[in-house]
Formats: sequence, C-alpha cells, structure tokens
Amino acid sequence: MSVNYGSKRVVVGAHYGLKDWLAQRVTAALMALFTLVLLLQIIFTSGDMGYDKWASIFNAEWMKTLTFTVILSLAYHAWVGMRDIWMDYIKPVGIRLLLQIFTLVWLVGCAGWAIQVLWRL
Amino acid sequence: MTEIHKKRPEFRNINAFKDLTTYRLPLAGWVSILHRASGAMMFLLLPFIIWLFDTSLSSEISFTRFSSAFIVGIGFCPAWFVKLVVLALIWAYLHHLSAGVRHLYMDTHHAVSKEFGKSSAIVTLAISWILTIGLGAKLFGLY
Repeated sequence: MSVNYGSKRVVVGAHYGLKDWLAQRVTAALMALFTLVLLLQIIFTSGDMGYDKWASIFNAEWMKTLTFTVILSLAYHAWVGMRDIWMDYIKPVGIRLLLQIFTLVWLVGCAGWAIQVLWRL
Repeated sequence: MTEIHKKRPEFRNINAFKDLTTYRLPLAGWVSILHRASGAMMFLLLPFIIWLFDTSLSSEISFTRFSSAFIVGIGFCPAWFVKLVVLALIWAYLHHLSAGVRHLYMDTHHAVSKEFGKSSAIVTLAISWILTIGLGAKLFGLY
C-alpha cells in the first residue's frame, strides 16, 4: 500500500486541498453575502414585487457586479463540491473523468447563460 | 464484557443496500450527508434555477411567463409540480446555507467537540426545516 499522506505521499494531481478548500469557503462567504444583500433589498422594497421592482434591483451597477462575481463563485464552488463527490464515490478513472468533464461543461454553460441574462438587462 | 453488552456492530465497506438501511447516523452525520445531497441537487437543477432567473428578469413578457408557471404551470408541468420543485430547491438552499455557516463557524474559531457537533447539528436542522415550512406554506398559498 503506497503512502497517501505526508511528505512521501504519491502525488496524483488531486490538488491536495488547500487551494480548493479555501476557494470553496471564500466563494461560499460571497454567496452568503449576496443572499443577505438580495434579501434586504427585497424586504425593503415597498409594495408588491412586480417586474419593475425586481428588475431594478439587478439594474444597479454595483448589484450587477456583485451578481457577476457570485455567478463565477457559484461555478467554482460547485466544481469543487461535485469533484469531491465524484472522487468519493466513482472509482473507475474513465467514468470519473467523463463525469468531471460533464460537470465542467454543465457549469460553464450555466454560468454563461446566467451572465448573458445579467448583461442584457 | 458481560453477555448483556451486545457487541457493537462494525461497518466496513458499507453496502448501500444491506448496511445503509440499518445504519443509525448521528445528527451531525445527517447534516453532513444532506449538505452533500442538497448541493448535488442544486447542481443538477441549475438550468431550472437560471431559467427562473432569466424569465423573471429579461422582460415584462417573460416575467408574465414566470409568474404563470406558478399559477397554471408551464409546458407539460402543472403548477403544483413547479412549486414542489421550487420548494425542494428552497429546502436545499436553506440546508446548504445553514450547514455551510456551521462549517465556517467550526473552521474559524471553535474547537470541535462531540457535544458541539450535536447541538449545532440540531440548530442547523431546526433552522432549515422551520424556514422551509414557513416559506413552503407561503409558496403554496396557505397564508
């Protein structure tokens, strides 16, 4: 059995964590902040929430910038999480690679769509 | 060890069909696996979430389409099904958020003890379920 920890570990390119661990937490904090900011704006909107009020929330330049950052954060966060799931449960390398490619395509596609929605507002 | 003390069961190479049904997970374990499940669920439903974002935001006309999805349904999906999926997403988001905050809290300042693991798991589950029930009742028009 090869050593898979410490300085003699066999490096197989799984990043060994710190960067992704940190990125996952930083992006999580950003998304939590976004949730709070959006929630406060909804709460302090007077009257019924119609299209105009909803759209004007995302129309503000700073909110657009924050939302853009959150979309990218979400993609990165979900990538780290899904990769963890594939690494834990899917052992055959070929299937794992396929699922990881699917994850990347899925996330990049979704992020692109969301950014497009944001941009044409 | 006396005869009364039953030997604790050992779990190795957990079999999804034989062992998982009898395996009693502690509450912190439930929070953990649900954190993962809710994350995976939101990942798979991401196109639907962005569809909601798109239709609600793009134009007045698309906003009407967005609202009517919750009243008369959309395509082959009846409104109750749309609401059910949204409710599942609400739960997933709330659970993922509160379990995530619990993670950050444990990461940053606090020595992790068995007791804290359990009590914080209870708080996490309580917050996500109470808010889900509250928002779900609103979504289905109970108040």
